Amino acid sequence: MSGGNYVTADGRQIGNVLMEMKNITLRFGGVVAIKDISFDIHEGEIRAIIGPNGAGKSSMLNVISGFYHPQEGEVWFRGSRRPVMKPYQVAEQKIARTFQNIALFDGMSVLDNVMTGRLTSMKAGMFAQAIWKGKAEREEVENREVVEKIIDFLEIQAIRKTPVGRLPYGLKKRVELARALAAEPKLLLLDEPMAGMNVEEKEDMSRFILDVNDEFGTTIALIEHDMGVVMDLSDRVVVMDYGRKIGDGTPDEVRNNQEVIDAYLGVSHD
Amino acid sequence: MTANLATTSGVTTIPALLARNVAEYGAAPAYREKEFGIWQSWTWAETAKEIEALALGFMTLGVNEGDHIAIIGRNRPYLYWSMVAAQMCGAVPVPLYQDAVADEIAYVLDHCGARFVIAQDQEQVDKVVDVQGQLSGLDHTVYLDPRGLRKYDHEKLTRFQTLQENGLAARAEHEPELQARMARHDYDTTCVMLYTSGTTGRPKGVVLSNRNVIETSKNSSEFDDLRPGDEILAYLPMAWVGDFIFSIGQAYWTGFCVNCPESPDTMHSDLREIGPTYYFAPPRVFENQLTNVMIRMEDAGKFKQWLFHHFMAHAKKVGPDLLDGKDVGFGDKLKYKLGELMVYGPLKNTLGFSRVRVGYTAGEAIGPEIFDFYRSLGINLKQLYGQTEACVFITQQPDGEVRSDTVGVASPGVELKIAENGEVFYRSPGVFVEYFKNAESTADTKDAEGWVATGDAGFIEEGSGHLRIIDRAKDVGKMSDGALFAPKYVENKLKFFPNILETVVFGNARDKCAAFINIDLTAVGNWAERNNIAYSSYQELAGHPQVLATIQGHVEEVNASVAEDPMLAGCQIHRFLVLHKQLDADDGELTRTLKVRRRIIEEKYADLIAALYDGSSSVSTETEVTYEDGRKGSIKATLELRDAKVFAPVAVAAE
Repeated sequence: MSGGNYVTADGRQIGNVLMEMKNITLRFGGVVAIKDISFDIHEGEIRAIIGPNGAGKSSMLNVISGFYHPQEGEVWFRGSRRPVMKPYQVAEQKIARTFQNIALFDGMSVLDNVMTGRLTSMKAGMFAQAIWKGKAEREEVENREVVEKIIDFLEIQAIRKTPVGRLPYGLKKRVELARALAAEPKLLLLDEPMAGMNVEEKEDMSRFILDVNDEFGTTIALIEHDMGVVMDLSDRVVVMDYGRKIGDGTPDEVRNNQEVIDAYLGVSHD
Repeated sequence: MTANLATTSGVTTIPALLARNVAEYGAAPAYREKEFGIWQSWTWAETAKEIEALALGFMTLGVNEGDHIAIIGRNRPYLYWSMVAAQMCGAVPVPLYQDAVADEIAYVLDHCGARFVIAQDQEQVDKVVDVQGQLSGLDHTVYLDPRGLRKYDHEKLTRFQTLQENGLAARAEHEPELQARMARHDYDTTCVMLYTSGTTGRPKGVVLSNRNVIETSKNSSEFDDLRPGDEILAYLPMAWVGDFIFSIGQAYWTGFCVNCPESPDTMHSDLREIGPTYYFAPPRVFENQLTNVMIRMEDAGKFKQWLFHHFMAHAKKVGPDLLDGKDVGFGDKLKYKLGELMVYGPLKNTLGFSRVRVGYTAGEAIGPEIFDFYRSLGINLKQLYGQTEACVFITQQPDGEVRSDTVGVASPGVELKIAENGEVFYRSPGVFVEYFKNAESTADTKDAEGWVATGDAGFIEEGSGHLRIIDRAKDVGKMSDGALFAPKYVENKLKFFPNILETVVFGNARDKCAAFINIDLTAVGNWAERNNIAYSSYQELAGHPQVLATIQGHVEEVNASVAEDPMLAGCQIHRFLVLHKQLDADDGELTRTLKVRRRIIEEKYADLIAALYDGSSSVSTETEVTYEDGRKGSIKATLELRDAKVFAPVAVAAE
């Protein structure tokens, strides 16, 4: 089930390959975090990476985001091999992410935090910004408009001016998603978007993820522990265990894969 | 205003009022809504264009005269336009409560035989889709917010804007018919149908004619001198008669501007930004605001606290008199001016009340302290008494005659009479036409001469002519020793404590009174935080021994005050318990307008009531709860029952 365009169960047409990981191996000294993994992400799909603790999921996401540079293997993005890049260069390629442990500016308001997601599209120089005339003003107005649409989309109008530090966890997660969306990403990486949430917050977040995918056509790669959520949300799932890929396919295929079941439920050694 | 009236005679429908407003105040704002962080506005001329496009769109869908068009969503200009567009086509708009669950919506849609639904977003569309199978009459759904709806089957689903475009494209075809229909409608055409929230039984559809709505709007607007340029914030449920009269009736009659908040959660900051001149809120809203002010004051520094309390004490002394234009000493006046500068002004600004010229509260009794607090700040807060069946206004308080214990004098055009059993009757041009498909109830409520039973017991005060409401006539009962039982009277006294959100008193045909109490999570939660009391849930906080002790104190205070009234001394609360869950409209315990439904609570919590009367000191119970999405669950709890001290009736002072 990898490669080629396809139509999802709910009738969405999935596009061409957007990103391809070819035989990625990542080592930290003697520890092999990722061992020879290949998979691809298609345009418009929701792709999940799952696996038990320590399977190498977050490392994988960091490879995708260009934060880690694998010792072996190639990352192909939009049809060409991606060279080693700095994180800001990755951001300019329209890849945005959220973090497992929220990484927002606590003292700044929600609005300002989300505005930082627009940094790559602000071109005015420091002086122009300070005087706030002409181009700088125009830019801010344009960017604010984009940000306001996202605030409306994620229903966080009521906390627009609230300092992030005062928000509960579930809302912080939403603000982080807003900031990632502000970059108008082609590819959105979510590192455990539902971790630590209650059922209602998980439902809200799931709806937002689906709506983002549906409304903006954003391709989404996410790591998640909650199997129920993963199976409901994603079109295709990569399963990792001890740095290896042990399964790849639709949620149904993965669910019935013996190796995956063993990894999750354990297997008796007799 | 007089010129306006002269040109207005003969205008007998809401669409005709719209046309008049376009002619008279075409460039003035008619609607504003905050979206994407900015207040977007529409002038009367723009509004008329939008509404016309929509009406033409309705024609393309095949809307017939007399069809019912249901409208579900929060207050948004588009939904208000839908109502007027429906009226243009001769259809009857039926606004529904947006937080109603699918079952309730199914009942209403089925009862009125709605052919069309205007739904605000996916959530509302989902509810309609859920119940579509049970409804044969439902033809088409129109939605406002396209988000999440892309994948839905669009055979019977159209986006609002698309419908307007379709309408404009087919203008040539449908305009003559639309004009012909509008020319046919008159004062007796149905203007709107509103479902009562139903404290007892299923909701009833109240049919209101153009005459009802326009006459009432005219009378009440003149009573309070409402004028073009006034601003209101539309945030109360669209299905409630008050919102219809304020945001459509009076707004179209006087030509003032209706402002819609960005989202329900931003209501308070939007209120502040708009600074309405005409404002309505149920007592609960005023109570919450006061509670919040007090909580925040407790967090303020010593000096600020002193300043606040010092000037508030002065405001309490002279504020209401100043508002009523009575004589106040020069020194007091000067000090009030200073207070205005330092405390009242900033406080009013924070609350969003800086510009309020006419403020109303109704629906429940408001605590005298709460009422006086706002009035002493110089906010002209008044009470009115109304009903859906009367197009709201039955009585209201004229400026200068405002008190917390009456609901005012008969509104212009309204006649009052009190029946022998104390029930209040009224007759007015606003009296509803009928209950839809329910001739029996219509006959029970409205007699041949047009007198309508309110269901409330009350009396007209001698001298002032003000009406005072005692309780729901149905709820007033007798205790087993024959003493008068008026639960509301006691409940209101309890609810005046910030810690108590809701309460239900039992005692009809029993020898003693007992009560259920709901704590107010904001106030009690803040107290717990302040005193380092840890709790993990509402249930745990509600059962905390110190909370129970505080509530017991409140109950005993109320008992002492009830004991002072020899007629009602029997209503003192002997035993009470603090409920483990908040009474909720989703569970059917409250109406959608948040009034207590006694019968249902009595049945649901029969075990708890039994425990209150059998003397046991604790009781274990399991309660079914309904989540917002309609799923059900249950919570278990063991509740402590407490006895409260009661007082001997105070002997009537020697005469």
